[in-house]
Amino acid sequence: MDRNDIESKMKELLVEELGLDEDKITMSATFEEDLEIDSLGVVELLMALEDNFGVQIPDEEAESLVTVGEAVDLVEKKLNA
Amino acid sequence: MLEGKRILVTGVLTNDSIAWHTARVAQEQGAEVVLTGFGRGMSLTQRSAKRLPTEAEVHELDINDAGHMDALVAALDKKWGGLDGALHAIAFAPPDALGGEFLNTPAESAATAFLTSAFSYKTLTVGLRPLFLKSGGGAMVGLDFDNSVAWPGYDWMGVSKSALQSVNRYLARYLGEENIRINLVSAGPLGTVAAKSIPGFTQYENLWAVRAPLGWDPHNPDPVAKMACVLMSDFALATSGEIVHVDGGFHGNAAGRHEGLDA
Repeated sequence: MDRNDIESKMKELLVEELGLDEDKITMSATFEEDLEIDSLGVVELLMALEDNFGVQIPDEEAESLVTVGEAVDLVEKKLNA
Repeated sequence: MLEGKRILVTGVLTNDSIAWHTARVAQEQGAEVVLTGFGRGMSLTQRSAKRLPTEAEVHELDINDAGHMDALVAALDKKWGGLDGALHAIAFAPPDALGGEFLNTPAESAATAFLTSAFSYKTLTVGLRPLFLKSGGGAMVGLDFDNSVAWPGYDWMGVSKSALQSVNRYLARYLGEENIRINLVSAGPLGTVAAKSIPGFTQYENLWAVRAPLGWDPHNPDPVAKMACVLMSDFALATSGEIVHVDGGFHGNAAGRHEGLDA
């Protein structure tokens, strides 16, 4: 899966599984402020990433995620590890 | 240990929770399990249900909504025609009832904490009572944090946990003759979603690290889950109104073996 695939799959799951507004999703959008995800939403996001990409994301790594682009980076790193 | 038992587990939310691990251990021990979730947490609970050894059904239960309880009881009656055990993993305190605001907490916030965290044990138990009666009895297990002494920042959640301990004893008193056992597991601090919402939680982890004789892993809910399953099993048939500590032995000590020596 290349970076474009990860980005489009990321957008798809943010819209379809987390119910976020498609127009607001850019790679620089922040989860908490721009996309208004609350603390439960963050937990669900992580589980959705694990379910959709088949990766494991420990809490310590998840805590540093701020933007959508950073989530794509993390998934890309995990898939290539 | 739980072969043939039919068990309801509330409060799962994520697959890090005490409730999720209780559902997992119960399935591993032969039980059939149904979960409940609540409002905003429903989709998360459904996601976590898929990660159990056997995917579990999820029903919606807002404990303060009588319509939900009726629908849940009807669904369980249809599915199983009875019930053998249930885990109460339900608590909530508004932000102004926790974190050092004890002296300023308004009555409504303290009442909300009590209603959702203590009174709800009665609500769930009485709601499920007709199903237990059909099974000739049953076992309730609730989750406690032992508030017999005051804790940093736990405030009105702590008061609600003290109330829960008392609710536990009264439920055991009133339902014993129906062979319904009522118990609590008092856990040490665990890094769950619920715990992360308690301000200053790391202080608890640090205290357990120096004071629990057996040691304590705040990232391992397995011992707590196993005890909850023991209490729902036929290995605890003469135990009711009890509070079983699963806290690494912390509760029996006022200081760790080396605590305070270098002062």
